[in-house]
Amino acid sequence: MTTGTVFRYGDNVDTDVIIPARYLNDPDPAALARHCMEDIDPDFAKNVRPGDIIVAGRNFGCGSSREHAPLSIKACGVTCVIAKSFARIFYRNAINIGFPILECPEAVDGINPGDQVSVDFDSGTIRNETTGESFQATAFPPFLQNIIRHGGLLASIKAEEV
Amino acid sequence: MGMTMSQKILAAKAGLDIVRPGDLIEAKLDLVLGNDITTPVAVKEFDKFGFTKVFDKDKIAIVLDHYTPCKDIASAELCATAREFANRFDITHFYDVGTMGIEHALLPEKGLTAPGELIIGADSHTCTYGALGAFSTGVGSTDMAAGMIKGSLWFKVPAAIRVVLTGALQPYVSGKDVILHLIGLIGVDGALYQSLEFTGDGIGNLTMDDRFTIANMAIEAGAKNGIFPVDDQTLAYMKDRVDREYQIFTADPDAEYEGEVVIDLNQLKPTVALPHLPSNTKTVDEVQGMRIDQVIIGSCTNGRMEDMRVTAEILRGKTVAKGVRCIIIPATQEIYRQSIVEGLMEIFIDAGAAVSTPTCGPCIGGHMGVMSAGERTVATTNRNFVGRMGHVTSEIILASPAVAAASAIAGVLVGPEDSPCATGQGQSTVSYR
Repeated sequence: MTTGTVFRYGDNVDTDVIIPARYLNDPDPAALARHCMEDIDPDFAKNVRPGDIIVAGRNFGCGSSREHAPLSIKACGVTCVIAKSFARIFYRNAINIGFPILECPEAVDGINPGDQVSVDFDSGTIRNETTGESFQATAFPPFLQNIIRHGGLLASIKAEEV
Repeated sequence: MGMTMSQKILAAKAGLDIVRPGDLIEAKLDLVLGNDITTPVAVKEFDKFGFTKVFDKDKIAIVLDHYTPCKDIASAELCATAREFANRFDITHFYDVGTMGIEHALLPEKGLTAPGELIIGADSHTCTYGALGAFSTGVGSTDMAAGMIKGSLWFKVPAAIRVVLTGALQPYVSGKDVILHLIGLIGVDGALYQSLEFTGDGIGNLTMDDRFTIANMAIEAGAKNGIFPVDDQTLAYMKDRVDREYQIFTADPDAEYEGEVVIDLNQLKPTVALPHLPSNTKTVDEVQGMRIDQVIIGSCTNGRMEDMRVTAEILRGKTVAKGVRCIIIPATQEIYRQSIVEGLMEIFIDAGAAVSTPTCGPCIGGHMGVMSAGERTVATTNRNFVGRMGHVTSEIILASPAVAAASAIAGVLVGPEDSPCATGQGQSTVSYR
């Protein structure tokens, strides 16, 4: 269970605004975090606090395959992204680095910027503490839950080897 | 119920008789690709978890193409990391400055991609090889690392949209116009988690370079892959490039599709995508006259031989307009060399264009054509997102090489003379159900 303040964005938030390519020459997560969301929300990196949550519309993370995008969000201390849908490479990348994402169109419509939101990752329940409304996200299949539980794809492969 | 072409390849590579949309499978890989931005992140993860072997040094391709020849110290360090890894495991298909080209033009040219193969690449435009009838898709760096370790990867089997192409394109209308038109129609998430399966008698009228361009931008509609049937043109392309055996898959007649789009190629006009989404499309005649500062012709989408030829045809004997910077980037060394042999380079330089060694550079705002505040570029690249090619207030208009070259001469956005925009032909009407 985690609770945090919401940063709310619209549809088609692309990887170029999540982390512009001009910063990809330094893939250190802390360096990426300093420029996270810079081209869509210049103050994000300054205002975001560990535990905060990003809520967005359709097709979050569209565009390039750069894993730097979920890495930069994770390095900011954001605990999860809730969206109406995710672009497929971002979806894979988030799971593969063990970063929780939730698909739940109803929750996105029921959450405003600055709301306090709690997420129970085991059950997929999202609760807007500001309004008192609760929502149920689609659960990941067990195969993907296993990857997330290990903390990422390579950790799960390593665990299989042992 | 039968399977789509994509589903049949995935089933074969997973050792299964049948797969259904939504199935999670583990499938064997024929090639794993990475570049100078994504490989170092994969190497870091590979080393962090203490892996010491790659599954097959002949089935990994590492291409240093994005920030190269290195633009700064940080990018040089990225290349050093990738180079060390390639040397450590004696990676057969490692391409550094001098032999490298833009990965998605280079790999097919070198015969590293073939029909029926399952290819992943830590670059979203890996879907390009669907032009050859391969299942190829973009992934992230951790997937690349996992692929290099195991030689297999998890996939969710995609449903599909069938795209029926009929007829033939008019002069100066190309694969770029087809794919921009399609993205404009279905949107940037119109094929999310799905395959775009191209079919129809119009495919025979599309060149291989047209097909590469179309498959390349499948990701811009959110698709997992875009795939073309294998025909005589594909086989002719493979000849002299690939001597290993490969398997040709075809969709079952009773395969299920979640949607169908029909495009009459005869009706298409030169099409552009205005800022800031590839789906924000207009035909050129609707928006011509927009002021421009720069033209970029190149990239994994449109840096191939036919792109160079049509550019030269339009620039021949003309001059790039005052106040416009035109940069032309052949995608590979072979294309660069052939452009010299055919005299195209002379035409480019005489017209006042700059010509560069292969690089992805400007497409991602890396180097070679970064824009200042408020500037606007007509580019043959694939994405026109906010800030992609430079300052956050700069703008990108996506277009074909023919439109880009014509605009370079005019100094404003225009379609080429003798194209359907000039002759008033074409409707660009389609059906979508």
